Order: sequence, then C-alpha cells, then structure tokens
Amino acid sequence: MALAKSVYNLLFRRTSTFAVTIMVGAIFFERVFDQAGDALFEQMNRGKLWKHIQHNYEEKDEE
Amino acid sequence: MAALRVVVLSGSSRTFLNAPKTIRTPTANMSISSMSRSRKVALSTFGVITAGGAGLALMLHQSVKASDLELHPPNYPWSHAGPLSSLDHASIRRGYQVYKQVCSACHSMEYLAFRNLVGVSHTEAEVKAIAEEVEVVDGPDESGEMFTRPGKLSDYFPKPYPNPEAARVANNGALPPDLSYIVNARHGGEDYVFSLLTGYCEPPAGVTVREGLYYNPYFPGQAIGMAPPIYNEVLEYDDGTPATMSQVAKDVCTFLRWAAEPEHDQRKRMGLKLLMGSAILVPLIYYMKRHRWSVLKSRKIAYKPPK
Ligand code: HEC
Repeated sequence: MALAKSVYNLLFRRTSTFAVTIMVGAIFFERVFDQAGDALFEQMNRGKLWKHIQHNYEEKDEE
Repeated sequence: MAALRVVVLSGSSRTFLNAPKTIRTPTANMSISSMSRSRKVALSTFGVITAGGAGLALMLHQSVKASDLELHPPNYPWSHAGPLSSLDHASIRRGYQVYKQVCSACHSMEYLAFRNLVGVSHTEAEVKAIAEEVEVVDGPDESGEMFTRPGKLSDYFPKPYPNPEAARVANNGALPPDLSYIVNARHGGEDYVFSLLTGYCEPPAGVTVREGLYYNPYFPGQAIGMAPPIYNEVLEYDDGTPATMSQVAKDVCTFLRWAAEPEHDQRKRMGLKLLMGSAILVPLIYYMKRHRWSVLKSRKIAYKPPK
C-alpha cells in the first residue's frame, strides 16, 4: 500500500508525469513483451527455425 | 422489470415498504422470463428444431462426401500442424533440394524468387551460388538484342517449359500445374500432396488405366498423368538424411507449404503474442466489467406510492 501511494504521489498525481509515465512505460513494456514472446516461440520450436540451424551453413563460407 | 417485481413481491421489501397491496408494474413483453409458459415452450421447440436440423444437414453433407469415389488423405502429424508450431526449416531446405532435383524437371514455381530462400533455408551466399547456376534471358541491350546472363537473387525460379502448350506436349497432354501455391489449391493441402506422391499402386482388378496414365487412388479420377516422381533413394540429401520415399515426400510437402504460405511462422508468432496479450487484457476487462456493474447489480429500486 505504501508503495502504491508513493507511486501515485510521485507519478500519477500530475497529468504531466502521468502522461510521461504511460509513454515510457509503454516503450519498456512493449520491448519486454515482444522479447518474451519471441523467446517463448523459439523455445517451443527449438531446432526447427532457421535461427537454430543457420550456423550449420554459415561456418562453411568462413573457411 | 422482472427483477424489480421480484424485489417488490418478496417479503422483506414489503415490510420495508409498508405497502398493503402488491404493486403492478407495467411490463413490456420482451424478456424471456416475462413470457407465458406456452410461448417459452414454443420458442425452445423452435430452437431445438433449428439447431438439430442444421446439425443433421451438416452430418449428411459430410457423409455424402465420404461416399465419393475418391480416397481422402489421412491427417498426417506434420511438425508444423500445431497452432503454435513453426515450419521445420531443415526440412524446407531438403524439400527445396527435392524440388530442384526432381519436380522442377516438369513443374514451374513461378511465384518464387531465389531471394525468398535467403534466411529461410539458405544463407545469402548459398542462394547467390544457386542462382548463378541458371541462365537467365535478359535485355534488350543497347543494340536491341536479348542476351543471357547468370541468375541473380532477384530472379524468379526458372521454368521447365517456355509455355503451357510445350508442357502439355512433353507430358502426354497433361499440364503439370505450377507448384507455388499447390498445397493451398488442393483439398487436404500437404496431406493430399503427400498421399498423392506416396500413393501410387497397381490398379485393382478390373480397372484398366489408359496408356500414359498411372493409377493413383488419391487423385480425383484415379488416373494421373504424372509418372511416380519419387522412390527410395531418388536423390542423395546434402545433410545425409536417408532419402526414403516418405522422407522425400514429407520434405517436399513442407517446402511446398512454406512456398504457399511464407508468412506461416510469423503468423503463428503473432498468434502467440496475441494470446499472451489476451491473457493480460481479458482478466483485466472482466474485472473492470464486474466493478462497473457492481453498482447496478446490487442496487434495489423501490416504488413508494404517494400517501
Ligand atoms: C515427369 C514430369 C513430372 C515430375 C518429375 C513431377 N511431376 Fe507432378 N505432375 C506432372 C504432370 C504431367 C501432372 C498433371 C497430372 C494430371 O493432371 O493428370 C502433375 C501433377 C502434379 C500435382 C497435381 C495433382 C492434382 O491434384 O492436380 C502435384 C501436387 C504434383 N504433380 C506434385 C509433384 C511433385 C511434388 C513432384 C516432385 C517430387 C512432381 N510432381 C514431379 C508431371 C511431373
């Protein structure tokens, strides 16, 4: 509760800080959400995606 | 309205109200609970008959299909069949090898360009090398002549025949269809193509197949103009996978699924994110709805007649 209250007082009380909080929050949320989604998808399809087999074919042209 | 009447009629509110008579409230005959019994019965009978009829029609429709003179392919457990399962890209790569070494002798894939393979089944350097192997007619140059040059990433797959007529002549009058979208263009998709490729067999006793046609129970009409294209060891895979007939068919079908639906993996990735987003939003919206409605759901309205 104390945390909620201080967050409110610090960020959500004034419209200006409220708006900035929402915008900055959206950017961070979007990044975390997107990366979590990609990580989950790649975990579920481990070994099947190009990303997972790419190294087999790239080493050849470096030699 | 009905809720109001219940509240008014129930004992506790009557003592509250101190009203001697029950209060008649005018009701519009709109809600189910205010309908007469016979109307309710009529309405539910109607509903049951409609739903039952629709279900029956659907079932009959299905069974009519099953009595066709054609074999429907079974559902194979594709590794990309799940709602969140991506394509197997190693299989796409092998499937491209099958297409290139076997199918491309007869079938075009005119909507695929070499660049489409980059980052899907091959590296850019590999695709450049593959593209350079083909001769592409380009031009005209300054003197108005057409010339040939090695293929580039942006070139489309070469066609086996210059036009459909030439393709027919070379195949006993049967036109090998373009394979770019074939799994979307046939009922059963990759199950059908897999069954077709592996389903060639001797015609049953009493069935004769015309010269130049082959018996295949999965093909509508059972006589197909394509000679059995694959068999065990029809090619040797670069990655050492044993090239059994079913392996070859599975790989080429996976490749054809990718060709027909290159957005497949992205679509499922977005689907997963949509589900994740909904998992956050749906409970939130449900909570909000309950919160907003709590006032309406818990209120009591009473009519106090003027003394
Ligand atoms: C010898 C030439 C030849 C080769 C090689 C060949 N096909 Fe065909 N294919 C044909 C012809 C001809 C038809 C048209 C058959 C017809 O309409 O009777 C056809 C038709 C098809 C059809 C469509 C069937 C339908 O439902 O209309 C598919 C799918 C197909 N081929 C897939 C393949 C695949 C995959 C390969 C490679 C493994 C392949 N073909 C190799 C000649 C060939």
